[in-house]
Amino acid sequence: MSNIPTELKYAKSHEWVKLQADGTVVIGITDHAQNALGDLVFVETPKVGRKLAAGESCAVVESVKAASDVYAPIAGEVTDANAALANSPEILNTDPYEAGWMWKQTVTNPGELEVLLDAAGYEKVIAAL
Amino acid sequence: MLNKTALHSAHQQLGARLVDFAGWEMPIQYTSQLDEHHAVRQSAGMFDVTHMLAIDLHGTRVREFLRRLLANDVAKLGLPGKALYSCMLREDAGIIDDLIVYFLREDWFRLVVNAGTADKDLAWICQQAQDFGVEVQPRRDLGILAVQGPQARAAVLKHLPAGLAAQAQALVVFQAAHEGELFVGRTGYTGEDGFELILPQAELVALWQKLLADGVKPAGLGARDTLRLEAGMNLYGQDMDESKHPLESGLGWTVAWEPAERDFIGRGALEALRGKSAHKFVALVLEGRGVVRAHMKVRYANGAVGETTSGGFSPTMKASIAMARVESGAEGAVEVEIRGAWVPARVVKPPFVRNGKILV
Repeated sequence: MSNIPTELKYAKSHEWVKLQADGTVVIGITDHAQNALGDLVFVETPKVGRKLAAGESCAVVESVKAASDVYAPIAGEVTDANAALANSPEILNTDPYEAGWMWKQTVTNPGELEVLLDAAGYEKVIAAL
Repeated sequence: MLNKTALHSAHQQLGARLVDFAGWEMPIQYTSQLDEHHAVRQSAGMFDVTHMLAIDLHGTRVREFLRRLLANDVAKLGLPGKALYSCMLREDAGIIDDLIVYFLREDWFRLVVNAGTADKDLAWICQQAQDFGVEVQPRRDLGILAVQGPQARAAVLKHLPAGLAAQAQALVVFQAAHEGELFVGRTGYTGEDGFELILPQAELVALWQKLLADGVKPAGLGARDTLRLEAGMNLYGQDMDESKHPLESGLGWTVAWEPAERDFIGRGALEALRGKSAHKFVALVLEGRGVVRAHMKVRYANGAVGETTSGGFSPTMKASIAMARVESGAEGAVEVEIRGAWVPARVVKPPFVRNGKILV
């Protein structure tokens, strides 16, 4: 069974979003996503300063099997990226919600946060796959 | 409805992720493809490869038949049990399949062919065999277990009957021994030492459980693919198929040109291509970041182009490696197009990894 923390928001494309006290967000891929991808061997995160549109492909995760795009769940500007993933992509497999975070960004349009899924909604998405 | 091997429920019990592979429901991985890969390089892993087909050939003219059927020459097989890797070609030199042939007795040879090509192989072999009075016997009753890694042979020997164990222990690389229907070949598809066991499907589960209890790690087809790629071994259907000939597939070394009078199927077409092939086959190590996959574009400094046929991440080298078919005149710096960006690579002589050691 996939781990789906209730305090996070989710996109149908299998990213999670964590709202921080300062109004920015942290983004990563879900436990379900890392499990489906298999052992990750290469991760490319977006550059700091890049302006992202909602739904834009902005990162790549490659497993032993295949490459997958990661999409910005909401619009914003990248403020930080997880440099540890370059040398240790396996962190995404072992700790997708904490050490395996991918990037941090601002929130251009707070309304976009409202349309993200909650844990129960995301659970329904993966149950339907 | 997918075919299942006798080990199907054993795979399920181990939590394997099962996929359709050439019409067979087979484990792609159990827990971690990387762990399974490393287990084979460092200790021992086992693969259910029962989807592959053993074909027994009987008759007084079997050797003569195989010298016609195969591009490599079974005349090289002098000692009973010795094995040979070969392509089986069409008249136009397109590769029907690659296979291993074992010489067991003068009137009995055994082929092991790929799962995805088994039916067409059988039809082709039966058609060709008619003129030689050779009996073609597909052995779907048999299962195949590949136990590979530096500790694989020791793990298997413990569980063989004493007589066969002594014979198996003495085997050289590419040689097999058998006792009744239990067959042990010192062959594999990983670049490590080990055995491939061919035995009645009814006995597969018991042997699997014994090896499992001894710590041999079950490994899936995912690890098998990264292991064979590191070993620089071709995968049929990916690196070559009926539209490709051995000389443009890195398999020229498997074609036995001598003696010149041996008229194997495809020889005429291949002779015409000798030294004139429009393409060559190269092995690449990516120097920049990223992962090379199959069907990516390759370009050389002199303008020559090509395409990767296999590619992936090498768990042993912690770098991306690939095989590619490129224009024969290709020279100079090489780049691979990964997701729109040209990334530098270097050409190396395969294998990339053999017996646990990085060679490039």
